[in-house]
Amino acid sequence: MSEEVGFAIMPLPLLLSLPLVLLAVGGYAVAAAHRPGCSRLVYGVTLTIAAVTLGLALAHLLTAAVPATLALPLGLPWLGAHFRLDALSAFFLIVANLSGGVASLFALGYGQHEHAPERVLPFFPAFLAGMNLVLLADDAFTFLFAWEFMSLSSWALVLAHHQDPANARAGYLYLVMACFGTLALLLTFGLLAGPDGGYNFAAIRAGQPTPGLAALVLILALLGAGSKAGLVPLHVWLPLAHPAAPSHVSALMSGVMTKVAVYGFIRIVFDLLGEPVVWWWGGVVLALGGITAVLGVLYALMQHDLKRLLAYHTVENIGIIFIGLGLALAFQANQMYSIAALALTAALFHVLNHSLFKSLLFLGTGAVLTATGERDMERLGGLIHPMPWTALAFLIGAAAISALPPLNGFVSEWLTFQAILISPELPQWLLRFLVPAVGALLALSAALAAACFVKAFGITFLGRPRSPAAARARETDRYSLSALFALATLCLLAGILPGLVVDGLAPVVGLLNGGARLAAQYSQPWLTLVPVGEVKSTYNGLLVLLFMALSGTVAAGLIHRLASNAARRGPAWDCGFPEASPATQYTAGSFAQPIRRVFGSIVFQARERVTMPPPGDSRPARLEVELHDPVWERGYAPVANAVVAISTRFNYLQYLTIRRYLSLVFGALVLLLLGMVLWR
Amino acid sequence: MRGLAFDIAHLLAGGMVVVSFLLLYQDRVYALLNVFALHSLVLALAVGWQAYIQEAHHLYVTAGIALIFKAVVIPTALHRIVQRLGIHRTLEVVGGVGRDMLAGTALVALAILVMLPVTAGADALAREDLAFALAVVLLGLLLMVTRQNAVSLVVGFMSLENGLVLAAAGARGMPLAVEISVAFSVLIALIVIGVFLFRIRERFDSVDMQAMDTFREGRRK
Amino acid sequence: MALIADYLVQGCQMLLMLLLAPLLTGWVRVFKARLLRRRGPSPLQPYRDLFKLLRKEVVLADSASWLFRVAPYLIFAALWVAAALVPTFAGGLPFSWTADLIAIVALLGTARFFLALAGLDVGTSFGGIGSSREMMIASLAEPAMLMMVFTLSLLAGTTELSSVARFMLTAEVGLRVSLGLALLALVMVAIAENARIPVDNPATHLELTMVHEAMVLEYSGRHLALIELGASLKLLLYISLLGCIFAPWGMAVVGEGLTAYLIGVGAYLAKLAFGGFLLALFETSIAKMRVFRVDQFLGAALMLGLLGALLLFVSRSL
Repeated sequence: MSEEVGFAIMPLPLLLSLPLVLLAVGGYAVAAAHRPGCSRLVYGVTLTIAAVTLGLALAHLLTAAVPATLALPLGLPWLGAHFRLDALSAFFLIVANLSGGVASLFALGYGQHEHAPERVLPFFPAFLAGMNLVLLADDAFTFLFAWEFMSLSSWALVLAHHQDPANARAGYLYLVMACFGTLALLLTFGLLAGPDGGYNFAAIRAGQPTPGLAALVLILALLGAGSKAGLVPLHVWLPLAHPAAPSHVSALMSGVMTKVAVYGFIRIVFDLLGEPVVWWWGGVVLALGGITAVLGVLYALMQHDLKRLLAYHTVENIGIIFIGLGLALAFQANQMYSIAALALTAALFHVLNHSLFKSLLFLGTGAVLTATGERDMERLGGLIHPMPWTALAFLIGAAAISALPPLNGFVSEWLTFQAILISPELPQWLLRFLVPAVGALLALSAALAAACFVKAFGITFLGRPRSPAAARARETDRYSLSALFALATLCLLAGILPGLVVDGLAPVVGLLNGGARLAAQYSQPWLTLVPVGEVKSTYNGLLVLLFMALSGTVAAGLIHRLASNAARRGPAWDCGFPEASPATQYTAGSFAQPIRRVFGSIVFQARERVTMPPPGDSRPARLEVELHDPVWERGYAPVANAVVAISTRFNYLQYLTIRRYLSLVFGALVLLLLGMVLWR
Repeated sequence: MRGLAFDIAHLLAGGMVVVSFLLLYQDRVYALLNVFALHSLVLALAVGWQAYIQEAHHLYVTAGIALIFKAVVIPTALHRIVQRLGIHRTLEVVGGVGRDMLAGTALVALAILVMLPVTAGADALAREDLAFALAVVLLGLLLMVTRQNAVSLVVGFMSLENGLVLAAAGARGMPLAVEISVAFSVLIALIVIGVFLFRIRERFDSVDMQAMDTFREGRRK
Repeated sequence: MALIADYLVQGCQMLLMLLLAPLLTGWVRVFKARLLRRRGPSPLQPYRDLFKLLRKEVVLADSASWLFRVAPYLIFAALWVAAALVPTFAGGLPFSWTADLIAIVALLGTARFFLALAGLDVGTSFGGIGSSREMMIASLAEPAMLMMVFTLSLLAGTTELSSVARFMLTAEVGLRVSLGLALLALVMVAIAENARIPVDNPATHLELTMVHEAMVLEYSGRHLALIELGASLKLLLYISLLGCIFAPWGMAVVGEGLTAYLIGVGAYLAKLAFGGFLLALFETSIAKMRVFRVDQFLGAALMLGLLGALLLFVSRSL
């Protein structure tokens, strides 16, 4: 008995000491980055620590332990540093450290190829430590401090290969957007804390903000957490910064850091702000989520850089998560807690799923990058022959992210659809119209995601090599492969045993939803997923897999035994005109052409121009494609131009005489005094 | 209330919205005219059904006018005009059917959103009819805005007018005199437009609105 | 005992789908030929083709990978499972709760995903053209289908097909524009997904107009047989789906006994025959459209589906 009590209290100090170990390892790496074995040491330690954190968080979530809190006399003298481990942070700790651990495992092999280890090794553990601290923070100061720490260490990792001007630009943009996001969060906490300055989360939770204030907090939280998560139109930095880092870091940034941002949003809106929720909050979040999902996947389809494609696709998944959260808000606002539980479960399930398959895909890309030195799909191809195992793992990830049963991506989208289908019960007219429209957007983004990953996998791994580098590729090392297959297995398991995941999520959902959660799923026959009662809808991934495996093997067995199993190799048929040159294959650009023509002409004002040389001229004809990024050109470019224009205008201030400067200061002082007089 | 009478009225009024969508989908002149005839036919049926369940006999006249003039006479006349102008082969250059349909769906949602809360107290059938009628009017306007051919402008205008008639029939009908005068004004409008079409063609060798626009810009310079 | 009987019925349903699929394809071909005033092959011809293909050796392209060899089995398995989950002659089968309509749509998506990958595997230009167009078509057809599911679920309160079929038999359905729109959207999607005219031509081997045929161009022998059988299963699935949702008459409920089952089978066969006839009639009376008109066609289906869902709100909330 006493053991159990000890267990409930112990994990938090231990959990807090672990990031310190990570920081120490990072500090050691500053000095010893170039020593042989340092990379192994750093990643080995991060792997161990992530595994321990994962175990502790899992134990906390599964035993449904009471929240543990801890106050340390650090930071601001009147505030101290508060930490708390509850179901929500435990779940996100699991997500973060699962991917973190697997990325470290991958890096045990992959990190050997790093040519500038001193720019990666110190920051990688620090980055993981920062994320863990954000998840454990229980006051505004600690939260923001850890948040900034996470941002800056990831910024350093983005600039690991800063010689490339594109990376430098990505780093700059990332820094600007990260500052903007933190500013918004700072204001959020300022508003939440109120004039008395109760920055402790417990104090904020107890407070009752006025409706106007609460709305402002929601908007600011959307700006702050949304800019880190990649909500459209705040996503612009993400597809530049995530690919710039080394692949295992990209996996963490895309798979985990965006989830930490989602955690921030959930913590602020669902936990700190709490009841009462106003219905239009849900509408705003839903609309943003729907637009983010479709735009994200359309952007992804237009890319031919594999890592950038994945990064844009993260934007889509963040959209799906926010659709779930928006639905949950809308249902909560109408006191429909049991359905809000469904929507929340869907969103959290997708958080877990996306961290799994996005990490898997980024790590797979890392393996491709090591093997070929290329991440441009137009120069890859045919990698399935030299790298069959990497290809298999990547294929599982691609199928999972395309929401194909029986893998995990489908389950969370299915749950989201089920939540959408109950929406007509909502009393507000606007929501009733918004939800089916968002449902259509979700369906569209799911279908486009499948197209996107047929392209990503098909062009990279299938066909024939498009460059000598791709032809020379070799299978990746064993550490990397074990990391890839660990994630692929988890994708499959979460897909066929969704009921267990839903049960695991139940305490988190209960915490955020006033106690209401989905019914326990483990007791259902055949582990079927029954979210809302028997009469509604059910899904059983396990049986789908079993049926598919059974019918596939039976068909294969029968055919091979009774009919024929002879096979012969020959040249490709290709309607009688096989062409030896790999340049005749479909490329990433040509694969996306139909979709570019259908959707891109609306969203990106895509135009194609064909320049034919005159007859007799032997130059090749040229096809030029012109795309416009609507968000950048309409949203950011005017702001950037205005900033440049204003700063040019004010540039002359730099060249004034001392007397002028003094008179400026003097004038400002007088104006302020005048203002004070008038204001009184 | 939820009997067969309601179901059929719902089906016919909803059918008008659907046929309005079909109008948006067409990009050939003859097909457009045929679908417009269908539009008017559904209108006649809808109004006739309203006349039957409301026992408002003057609505039968409205239905008859819709059937004879809008479903037969006007489409035939337009057919002949198109034939004589020789523009039956012109493909309409539309901004993209997908975009139009998307806008159309949004307009239908808007119409429902506007109408249902406003008419909260009224009879279910009338509310639904009004919402659908507003949707048909908006779709007609959309058709007029997005098309370049003068003939499709006329069709858009006529389908808009069909929506008005549907609204009137749902709201217990308008006086017969008004109805007849509206019908005649539409007929006169047709004649005037027909004459104009020929005049325009004589002048500009085209009935494409864009071509006319270039003339105007030319004059402005 | 009753349980065993139920499982037996489920097994029969799976086998029935497999056995009927080529017959339906043959049936449509016969009708089409007759409408064109040709004599046409016997309706059993698809079976003969399949057996012949199964006995032949497979010729693999030099650049084909393991995925190319695995894909036909995967595609076939996914399509067969999806087809077996659609209620045909009896509803409420023991495994009907395994997957609802959304999951069936997604299973079709799984099959399509691997078929498109197989098209890219050999690295020929025709395979690429087929895959990329197929994914473009699917990117509009799948949401249109889901909007149809949405409409149904708003009406029936569930996405589980047996319950939907049972609901459609009750009187509270009534005449609804939304249902008509859903039907229209589903028919349009079915035409596109099964590569029928006017979206694609199942009989064409004219290079630039192929979509489905271009993807499977490199397949031969047993692999091709499985893919052809899969395509037949898909056609059967869609017609069964139309029958189950919009014409559920005569369908037995599990446990009703042999007579009910026999009536159910009879009704089902009649529905299939009628569906096949309509398809043939439609295909002969319309011309194939350009590839870049397909997006308008399917965009219209998507919008009709969305409109159906919207209109349902009107009539529901009165």
